Amino acid sequence: MKFTLSWLKDHLETDADLDMICERLTMIGLELESLDNRAEKLAPFIIAEVTAAEKHPDADKLRVCMVNTGQETLQVVCGAPNARAGMKAVFAPVGTFVPGLEITLKKGVIRGVESNGMMCSESELELSDEHDGIIDVPADAPVGVSYAAWAGLDDVMIEVAITPNRGDALGVRGIARDLAATGLGTLKPLPIPEVPTSVDSPLTVRHALPEEQKTISPLFVGRYFKNVKNGPSPDWLQERLRAIGLRPISALVDITNYISYDLGRPLHVFDADKLDRGIVVRLAEEGESLKALDEKEYCLDSSMVAIADESKILGIGGIMGGEDSGCVDETQNVFLEVALFDPIVTAQTGRKLNIQSDARYRFERGVDPAFVFDGAAVASHMILDLCGGEASALVVSGEEPAWQRTVTLRGDRIKALTGMDLPLATQKETLECLGYHVHEAEGGLVAQVPSFRTDVQGEADLIEEIARIYGYDHLKEEALPRLHVIGKPTRTPLQCRLSSVRRHLAMRGLHEVVTFSFMSSDYTALFGGDHAGLKLINPISSDLDEMRPSILPNLLLAAQRNADRGQTELSLFEIGPQFTGARPEDQTLAASVIRLGQTGPRHWAVKPQAVDVFTAKADAMAALAACDAPVDKLQITTDAPSWYHPGRSGVLRLGPKIMGTFGELHPAVLKKLGIKGPTVGCEIFPSAVPFPKAKGTKTRPGLELSALQPVSRDFAFLVAEEVPAEKFIKAAKGADKSLITDVSIFDIYMGKGMEPGQKSVALAITLSPKQKTLTDEDIEAVCSKVIANVTKQTGASLRG
Amino acid sequence: MTTDLDALRDRLVSAVEEAADLAALEDLRISALGKKGEITAHMKQLGGMDPEQRKQMGQALNQVKAHVAKALDARKAVLENADLEKRLAEERVDVTLPVAPEPVGSVHPISQTIDELTAIFSDMGFTVAEGPDIEDDFHNFDALNIPPEHPARQEHDTFYLPPVTEDQAHMVLRTHTSPVQIRTMMGQKPPIRVICPGRTYRADYDATHSPNFHQVEGLVIDKATHMGHLKGCLIEFCKAYFEVEDVPVRFRASHFPFTEPSAEMDIGYAKRDGQIKIGAGDDWLEIVGCGMVHPKVLRNCGLDPDVYQGFAFGMGIERIAMLKYGIPDLRTFYEADVRWLRHYGFAGLDIPNLYEGLSR
Repeated sequence: MKFTLSWLKDHLETDADLDMICERLTMIGLELESLDNRAEKLAPFIIAEVTAAEKHPDADKLRVCMVNTGQETLQVVCGAPNARAGMKAVFAPVGTFVPGLEITLKKGVIRGVESNGMMCSESELELSDEHDGIIDVPADAPVGVSYAAWAGLDDVMIEVAITPNRGDALGVRGIARDLAATGLGTLKPLPIPEVPTSVDSPLTVRHALPEEQKTISPLFVGRYFKNVKNGPSPDWLQERLRAIGLRPISALVDITNYISYDLGRPLHVFDADKLDRGIVVRLAEEGESLKALDEKEYCLDSSMVAIADESKILGIGGIMGGEDSGCVDETQNVFLEVALFDPIVTAQTGRKLNIQSDARYRFERGVDPAFVFDGAAVASHMILDLCGGEASALVVSGEEPAWQRTVTLRGDRIKALTGMDLPLATQKETLECLGYHVHEAEGGLVAQVPSFRTDVQGEADLIEEIARIYGYDHLKEEALPRLHVIGKPTRTPLQCRLSSVRRHLAMRGLHEVVTFSFMSSDYTALFGGDHAGLKLINPISSDLDEMRPSILPNLLLAAQRNADRGQTELSLFEIGPQFTGARPEDQTLAASVIRLGQTGPRHWAVKPQAVDVFTAKADAMAALAACDAPVDKLQITTDAPSWYHPGRSGVLRLGPKIMGTFGELHPAVLKKLGIKGPTVGCEIFPSAVPFPKAKGTKTRPGLELSALQPVSRDFAFLVAEEVPAEKFIKAAKGADKSLITDVSIFDIYMGKGMEPGQKSVALAITLSPKQKTLTDEDIEAVCSKVIANVTKQTGASLRG
Repeated sequence: MTTDLDALRDRLVSAVEEAADLAALEDLRISALGKKGEITAHMKQLGGMDPEQRKQMGQALNQVKAHVAKALDARKAVLENADLEKRLAEERVDVTLPVAPEPVGSVHPISQTIDELTAIFSDMGFTVAEGPDIEDDFHNFDALNIPPEHPARQEHDTFYLPPVTEDQAHMVLRTHTSPVQIRTMMGQKPPIRVICPGRTYRADYDATHSPNFHQVEGLVIDKATHMGHLKGCLIEFCKAYFEVEDVPVRFRASHFPFTEPSAEMDIGYAKRDGQIKIGAGDDWLEIVGCGMVHPKVLRNCGLDPDVYQGFAFGMGIERIAMLKYGIPDLRTFYEADVRWLRHYGFAGLDIPNLYEGLSR
């Protein structure tokens, strides 16, 4: 919402300066968005007289002018076609910032001739787009004074942000009323003029809405004007419209725009001679089309309000008039529309048709239902004043809807809700300044809400009114009382777990990234997605049109982007949501890792290797350990999802439950995503890991340290290649669970010297005696059992 | 006789002192003290002497033996030391060679900021609540007093998903974390103090908007918390978060459908050399929207507004992270550029807490 300072002062009697007004606007909820202080900006531009203008010796289109600034005469080189001796122009001396060019003038030499300043066009002063020539100031203008001040162009443009509840502040008067209530001045009375009527309206108005939908346009007030003279509106009106960014069109149209901004009352004017018999307010017909004032064709449906005559549609109710029935310069007879339209229907229509207009903006935020007749009077007066002609009596259809309502404010509520201790009398006075009729009752207030405050519905609204006008700077801040002397843990076990995973992974050299929750539907099928229910109806681009079924594709693409920038050894992870459906329970939390390239940079001492399935497995195990998962009890199966390499991937399970997956990515998937180089990944599901039962004590079991030396023994077995290593470890361990404290595989050999399909597996076991030193016989006995167990459970034979 | 022994001693000692290496020294030792050595030979002659002479001679010989042995030991130490020095000299390596790099990862600024927020609000008794990213109209709009055709709803630039079942309306990607507040109020009895950090979505993508971003909202519901507490809570938060002694704040009126009265809070800042400095200067930056929870919202969640009241606030996580850490561009948070992550990310062990100060 834009207006100017002088415009505001039409409604507000005040001595307050600009800074104070702006500060107050912001504080009461009409936030200052921008300020265009022309008085300040244009102060250096003065009226000067061109005493001589000679052709530049070296340029056909330039003139060397002598300019009298009132103080001195300066030489200025000017390229404007209208620069001539004897004219008065707007002069900017050296050092002036020219807003339209965004430069500060310096003394210059143009083709060998010195130039001291510049004569300006309207566009250089940002007064209009006119840039064909310099401003031709009338001959009677005084030399040496500020041009803007002399021409009355030194108004300040103020732009405020209006929140959607404040339809009443979409008129300058509403803003003035708020400011007056804060004590910044007084609201001037708005005189409602008497309109002399001397002709009869040849046009009628009638409603033809279905009975149950009458409320969508309850009142239409029209007036016929005969023999008006349209044409450009007066300068002051054009100036104001231009200052707020509107283009002056003609007096009739400018009047409607002006009143829309001045009083928040949208209007429309028809060329009465283009209307057939009269106005009909009805629902649009399905498929009915209209060329609107924005010169676009719109196709309406039966949920929309049409303003029509007896034979054709004229406009879209509450939004925009039609081009064919609008007023033009030649218009002689006019029909004025002052009507009411339902906010919701207006919003729906505007959205469906994708039309923005000042009328829609106001109707969908609420237009004063009690300012229809008065609005018509103000507009009529202005039409007669600026365009002449004769007016008819008002032509009315429908009636003013009931808007009267009262809201009770209990006396103690402001204190209870805001902490502000305001006397009841102050509360009452504030509401009255805002237009409420208030009386005291039962220690509180009963307020009749003014017609223009369609947003105020309940007690809390009144509290806000009083508090914001009194000023939130008066809110005394208080500390929240502490709930406990010493704080309690505030994160859930799952949240703690995620934090642990995040920080463990970061310590493993992985960079945490955050990518979008959506991705391209081109790739979702590769990761178990392509779910109709997860495709965005209104995606922002085709790259981001489906909720991700897995974090991996976003990580993979991110890694490749980095690789394309020359980065190597990419190690990324993300902890976040992934989706199998749109219900809350279809959202799962994953901690996903990808690594691309080598395990490290090339180094003289440590030779990096390509990342492989075991790099991914290590990440997965570390992440699960960080989740407090019982990693030694996990089983590994080889049925990983299809986006992994089928022979180099695994699933980590606890019983039947999947804790995570890991592996090298499937080459076909990588190819489709355009990923180059060895790539591995894992996905961990922290919420799948069972939460340990809360322990009653933090005491740990006693530590028993044996004084006896542990003993180590090595074995080598021959076995079929497909037998998993895990089986060896389990079998060996099972030989004596208390004595054998560690089993490790220290060598695997396949190839030369081995029978095809066979491998050699070398195991080391550690025996940790607790009671007595082991004798050779004791050791021999355990070793035999290890061999027996392993050969029995794996089909292996001891290597001779 | 003793002069002979003196000569023997001097000869042996000087031979020891001139021994070139440990092998020569060992030969000397054997030739002097070995079974067939010179001193040993003299010792053997003691048996044929009379007791007086034997005693004298024996003492003298022992002195010679001790003297030579001491010389042998001293020479051995010198030679061994020379050997060690020689070996050490040969073992020299180029210690300027770089060691193998340790892998260094990082925690994303969004996660770090959420941890910082959690540390601060934990101290004020807030717990952390979460909810689903895909919501229905009820939780994201209706319950929050944002009716379908209200202009506020349109301003949300909502992303829509197809309905879950045919008789339902479309689903939405939550446009704020307020639905978590609704779920909290519906699921737990007051007193309530929660913060709700999380992903949020709006169909807007330009220099200052990302279609997926993060918000943190706060909610306090009990029987006595008023707007003065809200202001106090937010001022304390700002001081703690920006780690400054004092922050100038401006608390001003605004409008949100789910709060009444509503406010926005600005913090004072100055811009110097392109860097924003919080807590100085007299320019204002809006960082938080807030207000007292609207009675309709309380009622929608089954709470009686004549009994319960409280406040809610919300702010952008990226925004406050950008302000605190001088990160210039919102979009870079999602680009996963490792150069950016190395620069703006945080060490894994750099866990925010209040006893060490939030950030290093």
